[in-house]
Amino acid sequence: MDNDIFQGYKGDALTLLKKFQVRVWGTTRIETTRGHFEGTVLPRAENDDDQHIVLKIATGYNIGIDVKTVKKMKETGYHKANYKIPEKEFPITPGLPRVKLFGTGGTIASRLDYRTGAVIPAFSPGELYGAVPELADICNLETEKVFAVFSENMGPKQYIALAKAIGAEIKNGIDGIVIGHGTDTLHHTGAALTFMCQNLPVPVVLVGSQRSSDRPSSDAALNLMHAMKAAGHSDIAEVMVCMFGPTSDEYGLLHKGTRVRKMHSSYRSTFRTIGDTPLARISRKEIIPIKKHYNKRRADKNVKILPYFSEKVTMLYYYPGMHPDVLNAMIDKGYRGIIFVGTGLGHVNKELYPAIERAHAKGVHMFMTLQTLWGYVHMFVYDTGRDMMARGIIPTGNMLPEVAWVKLSWILGQTDDPQKVKEMMLTPVNDEITLREPYNGYLIYQGGVPEVEEFIRKVHK
Amino acid sequence: MSFSPQKNFEESRHKTGYLPRKEATQETYDRLGFMSGLEVHQQLLTQEKLFCHCPAGIYNDDDDFNAEIVRHMRPTLSELGEYDGTALMEFKTRKEITYRINNENACTYEIDDTPPFPMNREALAQALEISMLCKMNIVGEVHITRKQYLDGSIPTGFQRTAIVGIEGELELPHKKVRLIQLSIEEDACREISDIGHKRIYKTDRLGMPLIETVTYPDCVNPEEVCEACNYIRFLNRSTGKVRTGMGAARQDVNVSCKGGTRVEIKGVAHTKWIPELTHNEVFRQWALLRIKKILNKRIKASSWKMFYADVTGMLRYTPLKKAEKVLAIRLPEFQGILSHFIQPGSLFADELSGRLKVIACLEQPNMIHSEELKPLPGKKDREKIIQKLQPEEKDGWIVIWGAQEDIPTALETIEERCRMAFEGVPKETRKSLPDGTTIFERVLPGANRMYPDTDSAPIPLDDKYIEDIGKSLPEEMILRYKTLKKWNVPEDVYAFLFSKNLFPMMQKITKETDISPLYLGIFFGEKLKFALHHYSNRKNFPFKILSPLFSFLKENRLHHQLAESMLPTIVAYPKMEFDSVLTAIGFKRHSEKEILARVPILLAKFTEGKIHPDKTKEHNWVMGRLRKTALGNMDLSVLSEKLKQLQ
Repeated sequence: MDNDIFQGYKGDALTLLKKFQVRVWGTTRIETTRGHFEGTVLPRAENDDDQHIVLKIATGYNIGIDVKTVKKMKETGYHKANYKIPEKEFPITPGLPRVKLFGTGGTIASRLDYRTGAVIPAFSPGELYGAVPELADICNLETEKVFAVFSENMGPKQYIALAKAIGAEIKNGIDGIVIGHGTDTLHHTGAALTFMCQNLPVPVVLVGSQRSSDRPSSDAALNLMHAMKAAGHSDIAEVMVCMFGPTSDEYGLLHKGTRVRKMHSSYRSTFRTIGDTPLARISRKEIIPIKKHYNKRRADKNVKILPYFSEKVTMLYYYPGMHPDVLNAMIDKGYRGIIFVGTGLGHVNKELYPAIERAHAKGVHMFMTLQTLWGYVHMFVYDTGRDMMARGIIPTGNMLPEVAWVKLSWILGQTDDPQKVKEMMLTPVNDEITLREPYNGYLIYQGGVPEVEEFIRKVHK
Repeated sequence: MSFSPQKNFEESRHKTGYLPRKEATQETYDRLGFMSGLEVHQQLLTQEKLFCHCPAGIYNDDDDFNAEIVRHMRPTLSELGEYDGTALMEFKTRKEITYRINNENACTYEIDDTPPFPMNREALAQALEISMLCKMNIVGEVHITRKQYLDGSIPTGFQRTAIVGIEGELELPHKKVRLIQLSIEEDACREISDIGHKRIYKTDRLGMPLIETVTYPDCVNPEEVCEACNYIRFLNRSTGKVRTGMGAARQDVNVSCKGGTRVEIKGVAHTKWIPELTHNEVFRQWALLRIKKILNKRIKASSWKMFYADVTGMLRYTPLKKAEKVLAIRLPEFQGILSHFIQPGSLFADELSGRLKVIACLEQPNMIHSEELKPLPGKKDREKIIQKLQPEEKDGWIVIWGAQEDIPTALETIEERCRMAFEGVPKETRKSLPDGTTIFERVLPGANRMYPDTDSAPIPLDDKYIEDIGKSLPEEMILRYKTLKKWNVPEDVYAFLFSKNLFPMMQKITKETDISPLYLGIFFGEKLKFALHHYSNRKNFPFKILSPLFSFLKENRLHHQLAESMLPTIVAYPKMEFDSVLTAIGFKRHSEKEILARVPILLAKFTEGKIHPDKTKEHNWVMGRLRKTALGNMDLSVLSEKLKQLQ
């Protein structure tokens, strides 16, 4: 009961509200040692202190009142606010492709939460249409909330649920699938779904937003439109991530689920294809392919759903001077697979060798990936590399570390046979290892250099 | 007899009761129910911006940028679940916003690609200090709020703003003005251009700390609004912690008349514009109320309906020839309304045109109508329009043109504004023009556009912190005013003394020397103002350097009047040492005896060949000759006395 009436208040602040019989959403007049204040008492964010009461004053602003200064409070009215976008039924336009939107939570579908003062995933996919009516011009949308979790809480269970849902939808004859997803682990999910949903006949597009849809400059609306367009109209039948190309509201990029990575904590244009070019550029008007070869859309429904995942795989991000106890602890805890993220061409120090040997003896599957992200693991160049291979660590080419972790987890969900594991790991499902790195697959422009300065002045990046 | 727009315009002005400002009295304003309040924005003098570590106050030219970023703004729902009116309007305009970024003064925060850093505490302390000077109730916790702006002036789509104090008061010499609140907020971008669907901003000013002081609508005539505004600015400056110069202080003025609506005049750059602007606005509202009465008498608002016809390619009027789409619109019962007086030199039709520009993005000229003061277009065109629309005698018509895609919004805009005419004064913000009139800027936003900022934690303000800040407050403006009065300093120099915050310096010099405050008041308020106007080419003169001038003179046993001769040189070369200034102006030391020794020769020279020399003329002539030599070496009034004895 208290929870409802005094949302978020605790300690001194709660005692005070109770003493003067003032509720959250109550219009209240407060007398303090600093003068009078009037407004509506708002819920308090759970992690904020117990020394203040939040008030929305007549001008729309929020202020905090220090409980120590309060002399008297009086509730004079009550008005509870409901933050809600009207849920509208999506109009059906004959001739437009059928697209299914799976809601999973995350910033693309979010609203403000007074309790925590933070953004929570709570927009139902139907409400999304209320906010972005343009979607109706792109496709006939069907929506389903699969689950609602923060991006960082996405994990094996969710990957499997999504893969099964995708399989079911394809059997139903859908033309394309969009998955609304928080951005932090979008690329993990992209990799997981690539491995779990093979031989896709239709596009599966993962989309998120870097700025929540509760702000006017959000990238959510445009990302959604791009994703719907890709799912409904593109002929690329792969698992893709669709996010802003430049930080400007101009076009989006379609990245392969296995080659994409979040590269900036807050930029809109945070997702980049690593070691290759994106699949295509996309705007509301058109889809312009960048890569010539990709899996084409088909009319059949012959998708293969492989919903496997072992939770006994971990990653070891190497740092100079690392002691073997870290690795030993992983072995002792029963991990069956370890993805090393090594320096340079794929190295760790000699001190780890005995622990590596021990892991190998116990049958732990070990693979090497790179901290440099770009480039190939190359363990023949230096003795160190050869030493490690001799101790059972297998290089994974230019597979990204997170992708390698997802893939090994997926493989160990199916087999523990070393030979089989190695073979599956090194046989690309969809370009998680590529045979060649194109010259424009590595581009990190250096600011300050004249030609780059000229470029960014002219081109919206 | 046929209808004459010119005659109608003049007659409607007369019937509205419009008077030029100099003929208006308090009685005039009382009759109209003049009510006005202010929102005064003042930049704070900090090293860094409010929510990031970019330097504040570094400006760049329009084309001096390192990168451009493009954004579009979408309205979002308020926490109460409603869309804001302005938000929807701005969305209708479908503007593409380009931001020009200079790496010297903007980072990824400004363009909303990095969340805010904790609020600049230097700025918060300054805002608190000013709130306390305004006798505000200081909040217990500062909550950072997002205030939506969809015009693109802030790349996030909202301004981060927070209340520091509420319910204050400002004492003017003859009145008290109540204050609603004082907030600390980030400044917006500066607009470079706004043409059609493209608006360009630069981000140099964006994010600089600002305070906004909001008053109740307590002012009852235009001069009072101006005075209140000046006093708020003086108060801000009295702390010495705010920026000065072009654009550092800006105000929005809210005006309404009896039966009217609060209309906000935005971005008034100079306080001296306020009286004319508020005067004209209150009459504009009065005129709109008259239109309301006329229209409602003619027809029921619910049965009013406009008609339009496509006349693309049919008219010969030059601006229409290239237009993609041209529509003629019949406005039933609008005869005499289109040419109704609204403001000096503007008609009701101009209200329609202004909205077409802003809401439908139709660049002006964007319409012609049946009641142009100089008939437009030609006779043949008019005949065609009339043939198409078949207007009745009491109807008006307009012709609009533009790109096909903008026409639906344009039609809606016309219909909406015409319907509003039945209701009186629309809630809107208006842009001020130097001639004292205003044009439509935006629909007035409501309280619905406020959201808590989920990126920032609240900042507690405990009693101890507030007490500490309270210890170093300057005295109240009204006390300064009263002190100057007591010192007999003439009132016409107060504005200059307060606006340059010279009062504390006067106080200090009065304590350190025996120079009379009256002399200092004239010296700073008149002589310095004159010198700055004539000898300085700097925007921001460093007034602080004048503080040791009088003790310098005292130490060197020179009379303080010498300061007046030094002023032009000091003002022109603020970095020059006082010693060098003396050399530069050719000052030489003379004893009183030496100076007086020259008197007999000068007297003889003046009287030469005159039979009855005029004593006063003689006195003035000799003083004139000796002034330069004597200044600094002896008191001129003493010299004058001694001269009289010798005459």
